[in-house]
Parts: sequence; C-alpha cells; structure tokens
Amino acid sequence: MSLIYAFLFSGVICLIAEIIINHTKLTPGHVTSLFSVIGSIMAFFGLYNNIINKCGMGAITLISNFGSSLYIAGLKGFRNNGIIGLFSNMLSKSSLVLTSTVIFSFIFVCIYKSKD
Amino acid sequence: MNKDTYKKIVKDYRKKDKYIRNYLSAFLSGGLIGFLAECLYLIIINLTNISSNNARSIITLAIICIASFLTAIGLFDNLIRKCRSGLIVPTTGFAHSVTSSAIDFKREGLINGIGSNVFHLAGSVILYSIIGSFLLVILKVIISA
Repeated sequence: MSLIYAFLFSGVICLIAEIIINHTKLTPGHVTSLFSVIGSIMAFFGLYNNIINKCGMGAITLISNFGSSLYIAGLKGFRNNGIIGLFSNMLSKSSLVLTSTVIFSFIFVCIYKSKD
Repeated sequence: MNKDTYKKIVKDYRKKDKYIRNYLSAFLSGGLIGFLAECLYLIIINLTNISSNNARSIITLAIICIASFLTAIGLFDNLIRKCRSGLIVPTTGFAHSVTSSAIDFKREGLINGIGSNVFHLAGSVILYSIIGSFLLVILKVIISA
C-alpha cells in the first residue's frame, strides 16, 4: 500500500510543479525554492512527518524534505539548547543531502569534462 | 475560414496537446522515482537488518550519486527535457543543478570557476529554505511560549 501512496504523492507534487511552470512566469529555480519553503511550512503545521509515515520514500525523495528537515532539526536544537542550539543544529539533519551533493559532484567533475 | 484563423486554431490545439503530454510525463516520472525509492526501501528493510533511518539515508545517497553521474556524462539534460518537473522537484534536481554548474565552470579554474559557482543555481534553495525555517522556528517558539 505504501508503494501506491509513494507513487501518488511524489507524482502529484511533480504535477503541481509542472502546472506552475507551464502557466506562470516562474522558472524551475523559483519552483524548487518555493517547494522547499512549502516543506518547512508543512513541517511547521506538523504535517510532513505524517506524510512521511504514510508515503515513505515518496515524500523523502522530494526537495520539500530538505525544508522540513531544516525546520525539525532547528526546533529540536532550540528545545535542547536555546537560541545557540537553533544556530548550531539547524543543518544537522539535512547535512546528508548537502555533503553528498558536494562530494559526488566534485568527484564526477574531476573525472568528466563538459561536453561543449 | 481564412488562413490565419486556421493557423491559430492549429496552434492552440498543439499547445494544449503539449501541455497534457508535459503533465503526464511529469506525473509519471516523479511518481516512478518515489515508487522505485519505496521499493528499494522495502527490499533493504526486509532482507537486511539495517535500521529504517539508515536505509532512507542510503537510498538518498544512491539517488544523488546517480543524478550527479548522469549529469556529468551528459545524459541528464536530455532526461530533464523529457520528464521536466518529474526530475526537477525530487532531490535529483538539486544534485543536477550543483553538478551542472560545477561542470560548466570547470574551465575557469578551481577557485574562480568551480569554487565560486557550485551553488550558482542551488544557492537559492539553500538560502530561502534556511531563512524560512529559521523564521518559522522563531514563530513556533513565540506561539508556544
């Protein structure tokens, strides 16, 4: 069952993004920023964890998960250590995405050349 | 009916057709990524004794690695042209934007080229999601206090 939910959730989010790109002047850059902020807003209302419980990887693969994990880690840091905790803990959960994109892209950029 | 109105009608139809094809490919490719990731997750959870958090991290790593690799060898641009938002909104889009801007500026050197341009496109995602989450945490604290 979670397979169907994963398919539907990520499909519908991509469909909404496609509709926004086709019918407004927003570019893919706008849309990805918008969706990551929407992810943290959904986490603010406590929705995103429920969606992850239901749709599993369908929700985690999306860019909204970046925003929501930033919010969750920041709030946890604030509860543990006040405003200093907020600053020091904010990136802890999304460190995986940032570090791995930088490392992998650097490795592949060193190996391959631009085509044109 | 004269020629111009005929042309206009044909153009409208073509546009509508293209939109519907874009929507379908975005929906199917985006859904497929979630579906495949969930499949992998279930396989890892059921066959090995890796914890669920680690399994999720491994799959995210794999997705990012594949997207960077395909971007570096030049296949990902064609895929994005076909699937559109289906590959932009998942984490693949983030990895693609980092790798493609790094590879585009490679010829300008390590510092002025790659170093100052890796987050050329992905910078906006990082900036606005950090600002947004920061403000939302402050808001949450003020509300709950």
